Amino acid sequence: MTQATFARAPSVGRAFTAQLQRDLTIAFRSRSELINPLMFYVMGISMFPLGVGPGAERLAEIAPGVLWVLALLSTLLSLDSLFRRDFDDGTLEQLVLNVDPLFVGVLAKVLAHWLVIGLPLTLLSPLAALMMFLPAAAVPTLVLSLLLGTPILSLLGAVGAALTVGLKRGGLLLTLIILPLYVPVLIFGAGAVTAVIDGVDAAAQLAWLAAILALTLTLTPFAAALALRVGLE
Amino acid sequence: MPRCLAIMRAASWTATNLLESLLTARALSCERDGRVLFNGLDLDIRPGDVIELTGPNGSGKTTLLRCLAGLTGDFEGQVSRRGHFSYVGHRGGLNLQLTPLQNLRWSAAIEGTDASNESLSSLLDGVGLAGYELTPCQQLSAGQQRRAALARLGFGNAELWLLDEPLTALDEAGCALVRDLLARHRARGGAALCATHQSLGLDRSLQHVLGRAA
Repeated sequence: MTQATFARAPSVGRAFTAQLQRDLTIAFRSRSELINPLMFYVMGISMFPLGVGPGAERLAEIAPGVLWVLALLSTLLSLDSLFRRDFDDGTLEQLVLNVDPLFVGVLAKVLAHWLVIGLPLTLLSPLAALMMFLPAAAVPTLVLSLLLGTPILSLLGAVGAALTVGLKRGGLLLTLIILPLYVPVLIFGAGAVTAVIDGVDAAAQLAWLAAILALTLTLTPFAAALALRVGLE
Repeated sequence: MPRCLAIMRAASWTATNLLESLLTARALSCERDGRVLFNGLDLDIRPGDVIELTGPNGSGKTTLLRCLAGLTGDFEGQVSRRGHFSYVGHRGGLNLQLTPLQNLRWSAAIEGTDASNESLSSLLDGVGLAGYELTPCQQLSAGQQRRAALARLGFGNAELWLLDEPLTALDEAGCALVRDLLARHRARGGAALCATHQSLGLDRSLQHVLGRAA
């Protein structure tokens, strides 16, 4: 065996890209986990025309809420595995021991989660909007609100997933912790779409979403990193 | 036997007393579910030490390793470490959907080790995984997975190794491999603490037995 002694050159950027690349590779290896939340989103929405009735007006009225609630639930569905798999196979220990500062690793994992769940949901939303007879004029706002809102869902979700990582059945607790935090995002997200349907400018709601995104982007990686250290004990 | 060990310890100490400890633990006490695992435990790990941490199941070997690695703060006493260390836990730290090469590349990146693909492959060669570099780890046997987990010790840039049951699931050749890795690590001035049930079979290794006082 060639006993090469490798040079140490710790780099935060390299750790970030390596973590992101790894998580994306794993996501594409386990396709069912990747597709499940998206299937849930589309299937869930397709149930509404069947359950409520295909009346375009009635569906359009509830469309903003339905589209947003299902985006929220689909994200929630995928959160439990965010850290749990790494916890089970011991890679989370390695992450906590080696990546300094740890929030960089957390941020890479959250970005991977959003790229795999939040972004496809956003891109699928015009199709879902079609099923709900959402007025075409409101579709750009729906996409924009999801583009701003789904990263928040991933970021907040990471804190809950980190807090419950050490628990055998953290799923229910995760829902209880996270759903209340999702409420403001839901209100402003659905509110923005409703505003456009009502012919009002949605800038205020979108600005609120952007503000929440800025806030969660700066705070939650630290909180999740802290929660991971506690969760590993 | 204990006296012989004490002499070896003394010899090791005189040889390295000028070198700073890589890890010093003072008055460690730890309790889990009302059971005292260790109390007032002192430990010094100096360059060149290989310590076999033994003790019956449930005597706190893994807990001690996790305390020393800083993975848990739920203990009393002081731990100070110098330099870098590698921890190979009971759970190896391998994603089973990725290949050994992908896992090793990730380990190198988060540990801040500069390594080309060829050098990573040669490390996998060294642990007997030649030809398995691109096979997802879930298709490897338990012993091969352990070898893949141990491959990252080959980076050779951590002074201290904290190993939890490194010999689990390994065949004879695998055990010899671990022995070889440890001998070379020691020769380089590295040190290791291994929780283990089987003897590592390394000459001049030190013993630390847990769970006897209780």
